[in-house]
Amino acid sequence: MTELTAYLTGIGVVGPGLADWPATAAILAGQRPYAYADPVLPLPETLAPTERRRAGRVVRLALAVGLEATRRAGRNPAELPVVFASSGGDGDNCDAICQALASPNRALSPTRFHNSVHNAPAGYWSIAAGARVASTTVCCYDASFAAGLLETLVQCVSTGVETALIAYDLDYPPPLRAARATTPPFGVALLLHPAPVDGALARLSARVAPGTPDRLDYAQLSSLAATNPAARSLLLLEAIARRRTGAVKLPYLEPATLRVEVTPCG
Amino acid sequence: MKPLVLTHYTATSCLGAGLASTLESLRATRSGLAPCRFLDVDIDTWVGSVPGLEDVALPVESRGFDCRNNRLAFLGLGQDGFAEAVRNSTRRLGAERIGVFIGTSTSGILETELAYRNRDPVTGALPARFNYVGTHNTYSVAAFTREALGLTGPASVISTACSSSAKAFGTAARMIELGLIDAAVVGGVDSLCLTTLYGFHSLQLTAARPCRPFAADRDGISIGEAAAFALLERPSARDGAHSVALLGVGESNDGYHLSTPHPEGLGAQLAMRAALEAAALGPEAIDYVNLHGTGTISNDLAESIAVEAVLGARIRSSSTKGATGHTLGAAGALEAVICALALRHQFLPGGSSTGVADRSLPVDYVGRATPSPLAHVLSNSFGFGGTNCSLAFGRLA
Repeated sequence: MTELTAYLTGIGVVGPGLADWPATAAILAGQRPYAYADPVLPLPETLAPTERRRAGRVVRLALAVGLEATRRAGRNPAELPVVFASSGGDGDNCDAICQALASPNRALSPTRFHNSVHNAPAGYWSIAAGARVASTTVCCYDASFAAGLLETLVQCVSTGVETALIAYDLDYPPPLRAARATTPPFGVALLLHPAPVDGALARLSARVAPGTPDRLDYAQLSSLAATNPAARSLLLLEAIARRRTGAVKLPYLEPATLRVEVTPCG
Repeated sequence: MKPLVLTHYTATSCLGAGLASTLESLRATRSGLAPCRFLDVDIDTWVGSVPGLEDVALPVESRGFDCRNNRLAFLGLGQDGFAEAVRNSTRRLGAERIGVFIGTSTSGILETELAYRNRDPVTGALPARFNYVGTHNTYSVAAFTREALGLTGPASVISTACSSSAKAFGTAARMIELGLIDAAVVGGVDSLCLTTLYGFHSLQLTAARPCRPFAADRDGISIGEAAAFALLERPSARDGAHSVALLGVGESNDGYHLSTPHPEGLGAQLAMRAALEAAALGPEAIDYVNLHGTGTISNDLAESIAVEAVLGARIRSSSTKGATGHTLGAAGALEAVICALALRHQFLPGGSSTGVADRSLPVDYVGRATPSPLAHVLSNSFGFGGTNCSLAFGRLA
């Protein structure tokens, strides 16, 4: 199958005990011990006060990692096409809506309703950035990170324009928590450029190929990587943090994997 | 982009299951909307519900996907020989060379809504039979479609509210263009649920009478449900003289508001211009626009301004949501199929059987279905979050 090649120009990460990309990279490279801490989801400063009040955890998570990646790469968020990828979207909001609909008067708040769309983070992102460039939002259950990365590579290569991936998943509150295994929130943003530009961190060359997905080497994060769909990106982040050359097989639609050849730059 | 042929397509909505009843209703400017009798909903509104959907059952091997949304997908896939056509292409191309890209906004959320009514009074737990992955999860309809058709290529759900299944065409076209796949099943499936009925009602956007897009007295939307699919392939010698092709896809954001369009439709303008550019067509080449046209005051006004800015005030246009209701995440695919029918049978679909056109809106609004030569058409789909997608279709030369 066709191989898609792009250059990684920026990374953002937020997760449990993972404050940002440098902290995550140091942990994955074994330079710093891992310690669990609840993820910090900052209020997005780029949003106007009204939108900021309406932004739930999922929006905070998506915007935090996206803004970290664009800031580190020195890119203007208004100019970047973005692919958003999430399996569960906003579970808190979904729970609140289902509770309201099961109550006698069934009244929903308009904010709850417009936050219910899977592309709500994309909407807040474009409003915050004043971005009119296209974005999309994909879902592929447990394979959402790989599906999002594939979509981002396809867009980047076919348009020749630097494109961002923002992938995120959060825990569901009860009672949905019992029906969908939960983990702490985890989000990741990757900026992919079609050409080998200055400052690129790694060359990624990907194709869909049959195989068995790899397992994370870093044991303390392996359960996060196994249960949060967005955290499956840790397989790729580990290779990048350790400046390892070689293939990473990301879980995709069995028996297919998304096989990514990683070559460090610089 | 290089044109991609809709080698097979089908639609199921309140106009009926399959192309024959859809075409007959469109040619007669007949609406499928009716007063809402969905479950115990107590909103005074009209809906476009699919006749016979209550009697559809999934095959035993697909029971893990059982919910209204996937039953609707199953009903839709069974029409017009669509599933057989996909199987024929599979024999030619290989199951791993055909992708599945489906747009939906609410997936099988109705199952969860009903499960919340039946929580354990002591523990609050959902009923044991509740099945998250096969129903609630946004991906379930693509997983079901892929399994039902025996396909193993790349797949995803595109979920960008009411532009979802229009954008699915973009995802599929890019993957075919890069050679990752040779064909794609593209579609949209969205079904009635409480979240959208009570949600649009909370925004005071549900019309009390049948929706009347672009009418002077329009007062909101009628929610509908639909399953529409197209098999997208590169042109070949097998294509007939009347084959319809996807010529261009244009996507943009408003970056303005979560649930209100930019007042001058700036994002919509960008999407239409991008679709024209991708299709290498000038604005004068477009013969008809199938409008997003939801029937709310602000949506129709903003879209009319955008259409005039890109295509001029004399462009003939209509919204078929007066016939089908607003099928949300399925609207892009449903209206793509309606555009294909318009091109195949050379007619302008009518926009209304009840409303009086709002003459202050700067477009030439087509009220009743009219025979007309058509070479190229645009279809608009816009959604919450400020997401816009415009598709260009034409007859193969």
